[in-house]
Amino acid sequence: MRAAVPTLRLRARLARVPRGSIFRLALLYVLLLAGSVGILLGFIYWSTAGYMDRQTTETIEAEIRGLAEQYRRRGLVGLTGLISERVARDPVGASVYLLVDEHFERVVGNLDRWPSESPDAEGWIRFRLREWGTDHAEEHEARAQVFLLRSGLMLLVGRDIRDLEATRRLILDALTWGLAITLALALAGAWLMSATLTRRLDAINQTSREIMEGDLTRRIPLSGSGDDFDRLADGLNRMLERIEALMAGVRQVSDNIAHDLRTPLTRLRNKLELLAAALPESSESRLLAEEAIADAEELLATFNALLRIARLESGSRRSAFGPVDLVPLIEDLVELYEPLAAEREQRLDWAAGASSIVVEGDRDLLFQVMANLVDNAIKYTQPGGYIRLAVDSADGSARVLVADDGPGIAPELREQVFRRFFRVDDSRATPGSGLGLSLVQAVVALHRAHIELSDNAPGLRVTLSFGRASQ
Amino acid sequence: MHILLVEDDPQMAEYLRKALVEAGAAVDRAADGREGLLMAAGSDYDVLILDRMLPGLDGLAIVRTLRASGNHTPVLFLSALGDVDDRVEGLRAGGDDYLIKPFAFSELQARVEALLRRGAAEAPETRLRVADLEMDLLKREVTRAGQSIQLQPREFRLLECLMRHAGQVVTRTMLLEQVWDYHFDPQTNVIDVHISRLRGKIDKDFEPPLLQTVRGAGYRLQAG
Repeated sequence: MRAAVPTLRLRARLARVPRGSIFRLALLYVLLLAGSVGILLGFIYWSTAGYMDRQTTETIEAEIRGLAEQYRRRGLVGLTGLISERVARDPVGASVYLLVDEHFERVVGNLDRWPSESPDAEGWIRFRLREWGTDHAEEHEARAQVFLLRSGLMLLVGRDIRDLEATRRLILDALTWGLAITLALALAGAWLMSATLTRRLDAINQTSREIMEGDLTRRIPLSGSGDDFDRLADGLNRMLERIEALMAGVRQVSDNIAHDLRTPLTRLRNKLELLAAALPESSESRLLAEEAIADAEELLATFNALLRIARLESGSRRSAFGPVDLVPLIEDLVELYEPLAAEREQRLDWAAGASSIVVEGDRDLLFQVMANLVDNAIKYTQPGGYIRLAVDSADGSARVLVADDGPGIAPELREQVFRRFFRVDDSRATPGSGLGLSLVQAVVALHRAHIELSDNAPGLRVTLSFGRASQ
Repeated sequence: MHILLVEDDPQMAEYLRKALVEAGAAVDRAADGREGLLMAAGSDYDVLILDRMLPGLDGLAIVRTLRASGNHTPVLFLSALGDVDDRVEGLRAGGDDYLIKPFAFSELQARVEALLRRGAAEAPETRLRVADLEMDLLKREVTRAGQSIQLQPREFRLLECLMRHAGQVVTRTMLLEQVWDYHFDPQTNVIDVHISRLRGKIDKDFEPPLLQTVRGAGYRLQAG
């Protein structure tokens, strides 16, 4: 019991976390969004960092073409002159030049030796570059193309790509963060959205539960914004309106049947009564007429009981509800039935756990229920047996017990006895309509109470449990 | 005894009229609610018997209108609607008794007589007497032929009810309603056992028997 409470609380908290297909849809949406954003950011990266790369490549290629042209026109002297001039024009060392002979000896350039890395198929080479003339001899990277001149000379033209790399990292960082933030925001949005949707669906679910419990007058609340949910709720409410109207129609029809059938049946009964009165006392025809009256009455009683159960089960008739003290009710009941039990040599006692046990209900219907149970107990318990009533309250609920030491009801039949016209004894030897316990169950349900049949070893024990009792 | 019967079913109305006339009443009949209200307001009846569901104006509306205009003629409702709620509604509207169709004529007759009697004898009584059976309501004592009879509280109320309706038939349902104050439908004749116990106390050692069983109707306490 104690362990169950935190579990329930946890469950209640989990119930507030959006779940089910809405949340799955929202997650799918997040994934799709992440995919699209990824593609978009990839394109941005390609068109910024990639552009800078291509720019460098084009510059280097153009320069090599220019130098090669110079070499063709003016020979080695022209080439070295031009390289020296360019090195001099670029004191920062953003451009890298190196011209070597076939022994890799430097002819001219701002690089002291040929890099040890081998170039790729198109002559591109990446290598570490040590900065000259600065205090901190930091290494950074250069990118260059190697060009073979006709006379066995090799030309290397490159760019220091430190700034470029830094910019590329900056862009990459920005894009990665952008993606992460987008994902986080999308997740939060998805949670928020599905929580909102779930809350509104829960309102619909709550209402439908209440309707299933029999309160057809309930309607789904509208938010007033006129959105899709309001339109859905409005549609459902109209449907409920229609159902309620139909139900009212059905009830009207059954009322009409009651009125229309009971009136001719009453007439039949009345005519039989007039007939019986006109016949000579204790004649055979008079007895027959009286039997016919009894038959008509039984028919009407069954019909009335069925209608009564149906109306109780429709569950909306609680206008006669008020606080009912079960203790004097049981006392009255025992007082009423004690002589009947005594006549069958049965003992009928009662006990109450408190001087007053109050439930919310209909006094006459509750009395009817207890009377049916006691009546059954007296009817089915053998002479000399006992019937015991008890009423008590515990944990804010009231309990009424009707127990006997009669034949009891087999466990597999205990659910069936509440069905209309069900009789435990197939012979139908005992009088009764088979509707007594159906009526009990209908009244119990109307009171939102609970009925349980169990073994009294020997006999039957019926327990009624009511909620919300007060002393 | 002047009775207004408002009932839309002609056969039912005719049967009731015939039976009531045989029982010694003068009966006027209205076939719908509007006519019934006009007649009830227009002349002085001892009892109104109203069907609850009527064309034009239903029984509840008739009673409300009459009560609002200061007319307090006893009203007995006849209805095919048998729920507790329906009866409570009928009594709240100002009805005095409520009878669910179908009913035995004896039940109706017993109730009409009870309503008439109630209208006549509202003065508080302290002693009731039927033949040599006497009941002192203040001392809560019962004697027959001068001999004291010990009764349980409920038996006392049962006898009181029978004595107040002395000479009239009192049905089992009326006893349940008036002595036990529960409107319910007993599946067995639980009242009969109480009557036979009471009979054992007031009739067994005395002559003549006062508490009679009226077959198919109920009980009657009567001298001779």
